[in-house]
Amino acid sequence: MNPQDVWITFPELLVWFPLLAGLVCFLFKDNSKVKSWVLLASIITLCISFASLYFSDDVKYLALNKASYTLKYMNNANFILGLDGMGRLLTLLTACAFPIIFVATYNTPYKRAKNFYGLMLLAQSGLMGVFTAMDAMSFYFFWELALIPVYFLSSQWGGERRIQATFKFFVYTFAGSLLMLIGIIYVYLHTININGNGHSFALYAFAGVRLEPSEQNWLFWLFFIAFAIKMPIFPFHTWQPDAYEQSPTATTMVLSGIMVKMGLFACLRWLLPIFPQATIKFDTIIIGLSVIGMLYASIIALKQDDLKRLVAYSSIAHIGLMCAGIFTKTEVGLQGVMLQMFCHGINIIGLWIVIELIERQTGVRKLSQLGGVAHKAPVLTILLVVIALANIALPLTNAFVGEFMLFNGLFAFNKWYAAAAGISIVLAAVYTLNMIQKVFYGEENSITTIIKEIALHEKIILSVVVVLIFLMGVYPQPMINLTKGTVEALMLKFN
Amino acid sequence: MDNVLQMVWLIPFLPLIGFLINGLGRNSLSKRMSGIIGSGVILFSFLLSLYVFFNVKGGNSHLAHYFNLIDINSFTIGFDFQIDALSSLFLLIITGVGFLIHVYSTAYMHEEDGKDYAKYFAYLNLFVFSMLLLVMGGNYVILFIGWEGVGLCSYLLIGYWFKNVNYTNAAKKAFVMNRIGDLGFLLAVFWLLSKLGTTNFADVFANLSKLSATDITGITLLLFVGATGKSAQIPLFTWLPDAMAGPTPVSALIHAATMVTAGIYMIARSNVLYNLAPLTQQIIMWVGLATALLAATIALKQNDIKKVLAYSTVSQLGFMFLALGTGNYIAAVFHVMTHAFFKALLFLGSGSVIHGMHHEQDINNMGGLKSKMKITYITFFIGCLAIAGIPPLSGFFSKDSILIGAFEHNKVVYAIALFTACLTAFYMFRLLFITFNGKFRGTEKQWNHLHESPSAMTIPLIILAVLSAIAGFVNIPALFGGSESLTHFLSPVIQQTHQTTLSHTTEYMLMGGAVVLILAVILWAYIKFKNYEPKEETSAFGKTLENKWYVDELYNSILVKPLQAIAAFFNTIVEKKGIDGVVNGVGKAVNYGSRQIRLLQSGQIGNYVLLMVLGILVLFIIQLFF
Repeated sequence: MNPQDVWITFPELLVWFPLLAGLVCFLFKDNSKVKSWVLLASIITLCISFASLYFSDDVKYLALNKASYTLKYMNNANFILGLDGMGRLLTLLTACAFPIIFVATYNTPYKRAKNFYGLMLLAQSGLMGVFTAMDAMSFYFFWELALIPVYFLSSQWGGERRIQATFKFFVYTFAGSLLMLIGIIYVYLHTININGNGHSFALYAFAGVRLEPSEQNWLFWLFFIAFAIKMPIFPFHTWQPDAYEQSPTATTMVLSGIMVKMGLFACLRWLLPIFPQATIKFDTIIIGLSVIGMLYASIIALKQDDLKRLVAYSSIAHIGLMCAGIFTKTEVGLQGVMLQMFCHGINIIGLWIVIELIERQTGVRKLSQLGGVAHKAPVLTILLVVIALANIALPLTNAFVGEFMLFNGLFAFNKWYAAAAGISIVLAAVYTLNMIQKVFYGEENSITTIIKEIALHEKIILSVVVVLIFLMGVYPQPMINLTKGTVEALMLKFN
Repeated sequence: MDNVLQMVWLIPFLPLIGFLINGLGRNSLSKRMSGIIGSGVILFSFLLSLYVFFNVKGGNSHLAHYFNLIDINSFTIGFDFQIDALSSLFLLIITGVGFLIHVYSTAYMHEEDGKDYAKYFAYLNLFVFSMLLLVMGGNYVILFIGWEGVGLCSYLLIGYWFKNVNYTNAAKKAFVMNRIGDLGFLLAVFWLLSKLGTTNFADVFANLSKLSATDITGITLLLFVGATGKSAQIPLFTWLPDAMAGPTPVSALIHAATMVTAGIYMIARSNVLYNLAPLTQQIIMWVGLATALLAATIALKQNDIKKVLAYSTVSQLGFMFLALGTGNYIAAVFHVMTHAFFKALLFLGSGSVIHGMHHEQDINNMGGLKSKMKITYITFFIGCLAIAGIPPLSGFFSKDSILIGAFEHNKVVYAIALFTACLTAFYMFRLLFITFNGKFRGTEKQWNHLHESPSAMTIPLIILAVLSAIAGFVNIPALFGGSESLTHFLSPVIQQTHQTTLSHTTEYMLMGGAVVLILAVILWAYIKFKNYEPKEETSAFGKTLENKWYVDELYNSILVKPLQAIAAFFNTIVEKKGIDGVVNGVGKAVNYGSRQIRLLQSGQIGNYVLLMVLGILVLFIIQLFF
């Protein structure tokens, strides 16, 4: 299909459809119908995403010099959207996540539901934009577009300390974004003038930019700190446990399942190809930070009593491994990151769903106050155990394949780093099994005695997560093939 | 052979189906159906395994490739099954002993309600599936999938009665200690991949020349770390005795006959690799020997019938590692097989006792059981003779081939191993006499309730007793005019470095001496324990043994507690005050700074003029001097 011949293509659909659907939410008069509408809209988005896997060509990563559909945004900045392998993977994750979230929280009452769900869809649109942007200015635009709805969602519908937590989250990530903006403008001014059109914000222009090593050295950090805060990796992570704990669970799912992938994704798309020399120069520092963060977060997770904070620290450890995988610059490491971004997104959403279901029934998230849930809700327990085992990367679950490749890449980079990072998989077993034991095993107490088995639609949606976990764990090759082209293009920068 | 290859996938697939049926249908299946399905799938797998076994005779080795698990430019990891002498032998042990234990379980678990009963068989089937993957895997990754899978099932089954906190603690401990070992295993796999780009057994063993001596030592040591976790060797052995919290048939299947021998299988499978790593072999030999001795001493003073057997298992596994370390792989595999029979028998026998005694496990409260439990007593007695190494029972042949190998390797090692073998006989017959001889020391209610177990339990006992008695004949040494069938069967897969060079006279003397010593020990145990009365342990040494050399306490104080302290320190000080403090500090500093700068805008013209003049002066000075 020739891009010029069609009026609108898949990347545009993926971005604009959720945006429109989200805006429609605000028009609803009746708060009760909006749930069905957003569910329908998110399923349509999912269908678009599936269709994009089958019916569109793989855009050549880094070589895209023609916008499929351009909209003048400002001088020399266009909305260039495109889908390469990595983009498809993450838009697919975004498209999968939202219906799962909407079904799982169907019974959770949110005040001013139309605003809540409208903002959720706006966030989805922003995320889709981040993953499809092929132009630095539109990337920056979507980067912020994704942040703002989430800020409102957390600060309006969150827990007791929501104002404090979301303010910190917002200012922290926004400060990072500003650093990136300075970097973007600097790189823009150094892009080569093509066809006498002046400088360009396009990805291909950025990737072809010639920068002195001394320039790369500081520009690299402007971008990287923005991305590191978003992921987050040690020591930029302190906003995250508070934000996860205080946000409404549906928003926490978006934050942890998809938004943290923005940082990893951005490294792969906007950091490695543009600053290859600086990447090589600083790889040891960043992998070092990642490995320290993995151990540090895993150790802290041992001491958490709140389920949400426990999962938050466990997630920091997992993200650390993915970040390290990126900077190994090995084929296996990069493939591992790609796959793991998807798997981690699905698995952590599954974990949040279970926590949400328990909290909704008991009003409690503390390990020390729960117990004996297995006896009351065996189906919930079985589904949780599978998801928790995926969280500790047991073989035949999806996370095993990803972590196997990531550790492989890390080992190829440096054995000792891999060995040190490996300790975190032992610690992960400790805190995860501890959680299972404290919440599900033992005798039931006065709090958990009221727990009932979960509803049918909740069983179904958790089963979907579990099936995805096994499917990708036993036969991950289609996912790996999806991102092969992107990884090969990236590897060219380092050979 | 082609038809064999076409159907081997069924062998693990059937237990998986059993797992799914029992797992998903646990609410609707009757207990009878659960038991039939659970045991039936294993029986079919066993029959298929028999078929495979007769097809690999004569050194056939086959690789069945199904699909690629991971296929990238750097390497490919296939979902492959390798069928050869070694894997088919393990297939027989796993499905054969596994089937008997499933049948036994149908009666042993009858008190559970339907749902839990189905869950139990689902877990047990899942275990067999994982174990089969482990031994059939054609590369280290598939092996590892099974390896962690059996660890998971072990975790689930130890914590089967999940309401009891002690049991779930034991389950957790088992999983975590296994994970420590697994980390070593994984690092070895990464090492192989980074140097050779493959984990297929055949390709790895064909390309060993590409590895440096350091690589080989590193890889073999790391794999061995994995083995110490799974096979409960020093320093990772303390989970196995705690694992006795699970139902007794589980202890028989997982914690005696099959899973814990995975480490031995893995090293025997990698024999080509280990033959090139003399340093690792030395370490394995000493670790195995030390574990055998340590666990045997602990077993002397335990009063829980299952704990004695657990430490005995650790000790016997130590013997197997001793054999591996001396390059005597076939003896190790031989002992795996005989041990599977007699240890499963002993565990099931103890289960029969526990069942009869209504969940009593303390042997201080038993005694004189032989009058009421004839079959259990006789089969248990046969098991004790077999493990002690009395000819011509199976344990005699397998243990003897380990001891002979040790003798040729190092006389000190031999002496310690022989001493340990004597301890084995002592603690086993102590257990036997205290439990079945003398007078009953339990309550009257228990005595009246005491009965022989139903036939679903006694028939497996009888079959295992027969196997324990005769299994040694598969590898009768040349000394007795035997044909060493097992050695010939395994030789295409295993490059044995140990070859016996001893004269027949020396061998006879060693063997005879050992048997006489062991018989003397049994006699001593009989005199000491035939009329046993429980009494408080008084000697310091006895107390140390009773408390398992305080190893758990040691680990607690040097690992668990410091880790908890570090975690608390990180959580409260470093995280909240340190890192977050800095982040908040930056925010506060900006806030404070802007408040101060705001003061400059005082609105008084005089101040502004003063600042302007100062500014001009500064600029002027800069211009002048720089």
